[in-house]
Amino acid sequence: MTGPGVAGQETGAYGAIPRKEDARFVRGQGTFVDDISLPGMLHGAILRSPLAHARIISVDASAALAHPKVEAVLTGADLAGRGLAWMPTLSADVQAVLATDKVRFQGQEVAFVVAQDRYAARDALELIAVEYEPLPPLIDARTALAQDAPLVRDDVPGRADNRVFDWNAGDKTATDAVFATAEVRVGCDMVYPRSHPAPLETCGIVAASDAVTGRLTVWSTSQAPHAHRTLYSVITGLPEHKIRIVSPDIGGGFGSKVPVYPGYLCAIVASMITGRPVKWVEDRSENLMSTAFARDYHMHGEIAATADGRILGVRARVLADHGAFNATAQPAKYPAGFFHIFTGSYDLQAAFCEVTGVYTNKAPGGVAYSCSFRVTEAVYLVERLVDLLARELGMDPAQLRMRNLLRPEQFPYTCPTGWQYDSGDYPRAFALALDLAGYQGLRREQAERRARGEYMGIGISFFTEGVGAGPRAHMDILGLGMADGADLRVHPTGKVVLAISVQTQGQGHETTFAQLVAHELGLTPDDVEVVHGDTDRTPFGLGTYGSRSTPVSGAAAVLAARKVRDRARLVAAATLELSPDDLEWLDGKWRVRGDPDRGAGIAEIAMAAHSSLELPDGVEGHLDASAVYNPPNLTFPFGAYICVTDVDPATGEVTVRRFIAVDDCGVRINPMIVEGQVHRGLADGIGMALMQAIAFDENGNCLGGSFMDYLLPTALECPSPELGATVTPSPHHPVGAKGIGESATVGSPPAVVNSVVDALAPFGVRHADMPLTPANVWRAIQGRPVRPDLAVS
Amino acid sequence: MYPSRFRYEAPHTVAEAIRLLAAGGDNAKVLAGGQSLVPLMKLRFAAPELVVDINNLPGLSYHRADPDGTLRIGALCRHADLERSALLAGTQPTMAAAAPLIADPIVRNRGTLVGSLCHADPQGDWASVVLSLGGSVVAEGPDGRRSIPMTDFVTGPFQNLLAPDEIAVEAVIPAAQGERRGGYLKLERRVGDFATVGVAVSLETAGEVVRRAGIALTGVGASTIAASAAAAALTGHSLTAESIAAAASAAAEAARPRTDHRGSAEYKRHMVATFVERILTRCSAEPAERAA
Ligand SMILES: Cc1cc2nc3c(=O)[nH]c(=O)nc-3n(C[C@H](O)[C@H](O)[C@H](O)COP(=O)(O)OP(=O)(O)OC[C@H]3O[C@@H](n4cnc5c(N)ncnc54)[C@H](O)[C@@H]3O)c2cc1C
Repeated sequence: MTGPGVAGQETGAYGAIPRKEDARFVRGQGTFVDDISLPGMLHGAILRSPLAHARIISVDASAALAHPKVEAVLTGADLAGRGLAWMPTLSADVQAVLATDKVRFQGQEVAFVVAQDRYAARDALELIAVEYEPLPPLIDARTALAQDAPLVRDDVPGRADNRVFDWNAGDKTATDAVFATAEVRVGCDMVYPRSHPAPLETCGIVAASDAVTGRLTVWSTSQAPHAHRTLYSVITGLPEHKIRIVSPDIGGGFGSKVPVYPGYLCAIVASMITGRPVKWVEDRSENLMSTAFARDYHMHGEIAATADGRILGVRARVLADHGAFNATAQPAKYPAGFFHIFTGSYDLQAAFCEVTGVYTNKAPGGVAYSCSFRVTEAVYLVERLVDLLARELGMDPAQLRMRNLLRPEQFPYTCPTGWQYDSGDYPRAFALALDLAGYQGLRREQAERRARGEYMGIGISFFTEGVGAGPRAHMDILGLGMADGADLRVHPTGKVVLAISVQTQGQGHETTFAQLVAHELGLTPDDVEVVHGDTDRTPFGLGTYGSRSTPVSGAAAVLAARKVRDRARLVAAATLELSPDDLEWLDGKWRVRGDPDRGAGIAEIAMAAHSSLELPDGVEGHLDASAVYNPPNLTFPFGAYICVTDVDPATGEVTVRRFIAVDDCGVRINPMIVEGQVHRGLADGIGMALMQAIAFDENGNCLGGSFMDYLLPTALECPSPELGATVTPSPHHPVGAKGIGESATVGSPPAVVNSVVDALAPFGVRHADMPLTPANVWRAIQGRPVRPDLAVS
Repeated sequence: MYPSRFRYEAPHTVAEAIRLLAAGGDNAKVLAGGQSLVPLMKLRFAAPELVVDINNLPGLSYHRADPDGTLRIGALCRHADLERSALLAGTQPTMAAAAPLIADPIVRNRGTLVGSLCHADPQGDWASVVLSLGGSVVAEGPDGRRSIPMTDFVTGPFQNLLAPDEIAVEAVIPAAQGERRGGYLKLERRVGDFATVGVAVSLETAGEVVRRAGIALTGVGASTIAASAAAAALTGHSLTAESIAAAASAAAEAARPRTDHRGSAEYKRHMVATFVERILTRCSAEPAERAA
């Protein structure tokens, strides 16, 4: 490998080139699911429950069926007749496709209408009569395990309570011992409220079942087309080789397009029944109210330290609200995702966490919104705790962090809960962030402003993520190991087609993956066409989420390219009538050692490999190669973030004045794309910290069902971020890259909250839960903070 | 969007529009900027059988001042026209402050002030502004025109005094007696948000003395609230710390906020007082606008 692709140091095919996919996007020529229209296509619409918890007495669809444009209506009873009323979730629970017995959250799917156009489908929804017997809803997760709590999942025989799981990690005895003797202990309750990734493209599907060929073709908003194919086969009994999933251009996913949703299955069944293609696309409210939410962690964290500021241990107790069905998408072994990376970036002795999952009458989900499988919650917890400790010790939070950060010589580092961090130089990244921010100057300015009665905050967050799931021995979803494949075809003229198992939703795979392969083969990115998102044309793999594309599938692409390069050496040696040992790979060509002007590039070699040349042993013909990558470990990107806010204590309004973000994601293949990912994640973080939450009233009504109430930040709330980079390559990834897709979403919320709490220190505020809306900030100043998961109290 | 089925007409004269509305009765709706009606139809909260689009009616895009200073805003004058208006910038501080705070640029390009008054959303910003200025709405129906004071125009949340066959053709702001001062402050959770709380203050002053005061509140009641006692606390006085504090607390008392996901009733009441105080403090410090 040649030098790393850092901005300004571009080598080979790496570097900040414009994205190949943008040529079609900026012209409005992308093809999204809703752009697909097939001859004879019908349109589906879902009737949803207005109630959070109710028994279904009856569903009468006769008036809807009598509508002249309605072709079919599916109810729970219809699906039950086919054994399809329930489907497995990605966490091995079951979820109702269409409700049969009860509805368990507001917005749950009750019936599916198929009509000749979208308007008629919606009209017919109003003609379906459902009789409900309302039941008391379970809304407050903290009462889920009470004796008298309503039972959410009485569909499961023998289930007596609302517990989904109890899980723990770390060494309880050792941790308790550290806490028992520590000089300083600080604890805090915090809520990471339910939020929603809210991709601008909602979920949708076009399902086309062909009774003659027995084939089912599905175009859908899927981040994991291959996993979906296997799931559909298991659920419907259709043979897997007869199913093709196409995930065309996708308008954002952030994890919410990993699960299979009831609407997808309804469209598939409807296509089988009607023999015609069926399209279903949700509207905005359906998306916000029924598809995978994120977070919803009620946490109690504690940190132990010496009086002079050496952190000794952390422990946490978490109540995880999973909604009505446990449908989180994460490696099966880890019901709380990777939350146990909550030891953060610090050198500490012991840690222990316990997580209890509960059912409530809310939409299912939990792992979404660029969370790196719950690393968001973990980083938030530990970074808030470190700030609380700094306050308790009267120490500067930057100094406290610098003192406790892992040192470069400690890597690879095994943390107290078992993760092995691959590489890092934390003090270097942190020092750079402090420098970019002008930290000391900011503290001086803060003191001056405070003296004038102005409230400015400086918030720091240092995070470590584990991404790129993952080693198949430990990580699978529904038994499918998390390894990914890449197929490389080299055409006679040396142009290359790379087929990958992962699927872009905006991350720029068509560019980054072309650069990866071009870099290995001495080509330009334009010589490489990237094919993705079509199960008939790509190798198996688990898809794009958890920042796994470059760490896993990117590695597979590089290994396939290196196989091509190795084979090309044999062919080149044959054409030059030399031994392969006489050749070396230099500047993108196989060259004769000591005579570098003689040699051959991939294009010439590819033509030779397709020619009448007698091929040497080990080369069957052509240069094509494929690889499957089973990562030996996760990669561990990290970063140091600093957020400067101004708070108006009379109104509670928060302005984010500056955001400094130093990210280390190892080698940067396309630094521009990396920075784009960071920009997006910072906006996510500001949104979550300041304005977003899916809260519920006491009847279980969702209070965030539209963009009027579920607020996405705009350019006016997000300052132009000031970015910095350090590069610490991953030692086990073939090009030293780590994931970057979620870093800023994970790392930024605690920086914003720490900043606001810092600004409010003169009022004695220790903590305030997100979202820090003006009203919530004001209440925190009054000393009466609100619970953000419920209607305002 | 998937609204219920509706018939659409786009007449070219006011008379024709009124005829269509009369024939349509309660099931007909006027469409102006469409920025409130269309979202309601999209969600099927409104399902009119007939939509009468008034955007083709000629000569309603104006906003202009009569020689005596009376301001007239035609039914098709957009929020964006008012935001960019040189006329308002010099003469109508409350309106000039409110215009850029309404929604976002896309909505402002289409939405109308008159449509906003007709919509009578308790969170609509223009109703407070017009109320604070003592304005009125001119309605035209089969029997001609009538003027309805803003104090009477809104009859409840999303309800106005128009008959089904009437169109609001313009809003009128009377000329100031003296110099105008004032402002509009709005608490948004994010730019483009509807008001958690909005406060309109419009003063007409002679020297240091307030001759007429109007204070109106957005988002803190079932409809826009005229805080008359707060206004009365200022009339005949100059702006002092005492009169400002008295107005602020009277306005907070007039508010009827409800606790919801935007904030508690207590917070909203506090915000009313804070905004009244901020606007008045600024008014007392700044030179008055030229009298309209
Ligand atoms: C995303 C978004 C954000 C918004 N934010 C704000 C905000 O912050 N503050 C705010 O004040 N508003 C906001 N609005 C509403 C916006 O200001 C609307 O433009 C306004 O409320 C209605 O004006 P319109 O011309 O669009 O009316 P329309 O939507 O066309 O009509 C609204 C109602 O008034 C009736 N109507 C309209 N004109 C007449 C007329 N001339 N005669 C008789 N009846 C009539 C219609 O029949 C209908 O019932 C927002 C809208 C959107 C979509």
